Amino acid sequence: MTHTFLMLIRRDLLLAHRQGGASLLAIAFFVLVVSLFPLGVGPAPEMLERIAAGTIWVAALLSVLLSLDRMFQADLEDGSLDQLALLPIPLSLVVLAKAIAHWLTTGLPLTLTAPLLGLLMQLSPDAYGALLIGMLLGTPTLSLIGAIGAALTVGVRRGGVLLTLIVTPLYIPVLIFGVSAVEAAAQGFSTTAHVLFLSAMLSGTIVIAPIAAAWSLKLALD
Amino acid sequence: MAEDPLLEGRSLAALRGERLIFTGIDVTLAPGELLKLVGRNGAGKSTLMRMIAGLVTPFAGQVTWRGNPVGDDRDGFCAEMIYAGHQDGLKTALTAAENLALFGRLRGAESRSADHALAAFGIGDLSDLPVRFMSAGQRRRVSLARLLVAPARLWLLDEPLTALDTGAIEQLGAVVDAHRTDGGMVIAATHADLPGRPGKVLEIVPPDPFDDDDAFEDEPDASDGLEAGA
Amino acid sequence: MHRFANPTRFLRLAAAVLPFSAAVAALCLGAGLVWGLFFAPPDYQQGDTVRIMFIHVPAAMMAMGVYAGMAISSAIALIWRHAIADLIAKASAPIGATFCFICLLTGSLWGKPMWGTWWVWDARLTSMLIMLFIYLGYMALWQAFDDQTKAARAAAILALVGAINLPVIKFSVEWWNTLHQPASLITMDGPKIHSSLLWPLLLMIVGFGAYYLTVLIFRVRAEVHQRRTRMLRMAQADRHAAMQAAE
Repeated sequence: MTHTFLMLIRRDLLLAHRQGGASLLAIAFFVLVVSLFPLGVGPAPEMLERIAAGTIWVAALLSVLLSLDRMFQADLEDGSLDQLALLPIPLSLVVLAKAIAHWLTTGLPLTLTAPLLGLLMQLSPDAYGALLIGMLLGTPTLSLIGAIGAALTVGVRRGGVLLTLIVTPLYIPVLIFGVSAVEAAAQGFSTTAHVLFLSAMLSGTIVIAPIAAAWSLKLALD
Repeated sequence: MAEDPLLEGRSLAALRGERLIFTGIDVTLAPGELLKLVGRNGAGKSTLMRMIAGLVTPFAGQVTWRGNPVGDDRDGFCAEMIYAGHQDGLKTALTAAENLALFGRLRGAESRSADHALAAFGIGDLSDLPVRFMSAGQRRRVSLARLLVAPARLWLLDEPLTALDTGAIEQLGAVVDAHRTDGGMVIAATHADLPGRPGKVLEIVPPDPFDDDDAFEDEPDASDGLEAGA
Repeated sequence: MHRFANPTRFLRLAAAVLPFSAAVAALCLGAGLVWGLFFAPPDYQQGDTVRIMFIHVPAAMMAMGVYAGMAISSAIALIWRHAIADLIAKASAPIGATFCFICLLTGSLWGKPMWGTWWVWDARLTSMLIMLFIYLGYMALWQAFDDQTKAARAAAILALVGAINLPVIKFSVEWWNTLHQPASLITMDGPKIHSSLLWPLLLMIVGFGAYYLTVLIFRVRAEVHQRRTRMLRMAQADRHAAMQAAE
């Protein structure tokens, strides 16, 4: 079972690598959205510093949203979703493997890009640690919640827009705790509470999301 | 040939978009047997196939494997069954050999040669070609070659002959015959004839729409069709 | 449980309940509005503005209550494949969303005299806004499927995921709010409310609840009839096909 699970992650990474560009596209979008803000609100450093955390997190959230609709869609279209569903492991583990692969190809690259954007946005030097840890804990949650939305809308008319409508409200707690962790760190406060909340949300979704997404996928296969 | 059936489906019924497409279908399959599903378009051959595979939940009835309901040990059943749908289920960015290796490894089958499987379908020399560049017939062959990559007792073939030329159809017939000789079982939904030893035939006929003619007007208690799965 | 899954039995029960719920809704809403708008004393700080509360607070409570009901019927629908439960969840969503919208609208009207602005990112209003989006997503998901059985299952899963998430959202929004705005806002629902305001408020809450029940019965009834129409149309198509095959 572990073997199949790891093979599934490898499969999706291999496919992402072969088809190319998914991670780069997400990163490019991330950087692009963030760089719109100095253009929109003006380049005054104190202003940028104040909105840095929120801007980076919102942009990361949007980048993840944008990458979600391919999570199951491609596999449904070519029939390989049937094959994945018929593997001798529970469908929820298949979903978990795919969510992990999604995180490795989007959430993780975004996390690694974030400090660079911190520089562009005049982020306070004390806040980089909180930004990194927050994104490391928060972006997997985004991938997992996104898996539910992607599974519910796979094979559905105008699924992409619907997916955004469904998933965005569910992303709000991650956004709030992610941003407030960075702001707390910038003001020299402890970020333990934020980190604990983000971890709690991650542990909760890691249990619930694969099951809910597996139920939803069964509808698409039916 | 007098062995007990391993696979049984009893009084299976399917609902598609709130519509009853077949009902009262019985399926039995013993080692070495081939079952051909026939019926006109839309009769539900694919649905029955997916139902046996466990992808579609029966509206009524039950599928058993080795005497136990398939739902009781879904993973065990999946490990002994390969479903080849009417879609190829191949990744076009990967080569034929990679697709087969992936399929084999995901099912925990070690070191069965992909080349040998491709050769059985006459495309051994295409193993390093990405599937993207292949014709529909070649893709179909790669898809069918998966049957030989991981061992499985039961093969479910949905329209396996689509896009295949005569040579490939002969090869598939030979592969199916060999599988049956080893005690394997095959269910195939196909319009055309599969060469090789003959098997059983099951025709799916649509339910009689005049059966419950005035159920709606007179006795809504009996069959509004609202009590799904009750 | 399955006794009520039968639509005929449900329709009979609904027909029996409907006159009562409609009467209670009309009486309570009428009496509560007159009492609240004309006879209840004005607040010593907010003056007559406080009367918006008689719409705002019941709407907020119902928006949350209807979601809870929707989540419970979704769970029943998922676990027991209970067809009427599906329809109750489906029929509830637009009503709940409307309550949500009324709550936001009255909150905004209240905000203008209170804070001098039409919108304040107050924790309650923000949570309500997010809830409206969740309602909209739920309704859009129902619309996205042609197959009603699938739509029902998908929507039920979403309703449950939303139900698990809503407390987390509410908590995080409150946390966010205390960070950005020291709580200076006046809370209208709470034990410290004066009894001269409490009675009309209670009447309004009961009235809103009865109104929900009344509209729900109408909507579920319409859904049952629609489903029957669909079954008849399918039967018609099947018969046509069978006749042609016989010829």
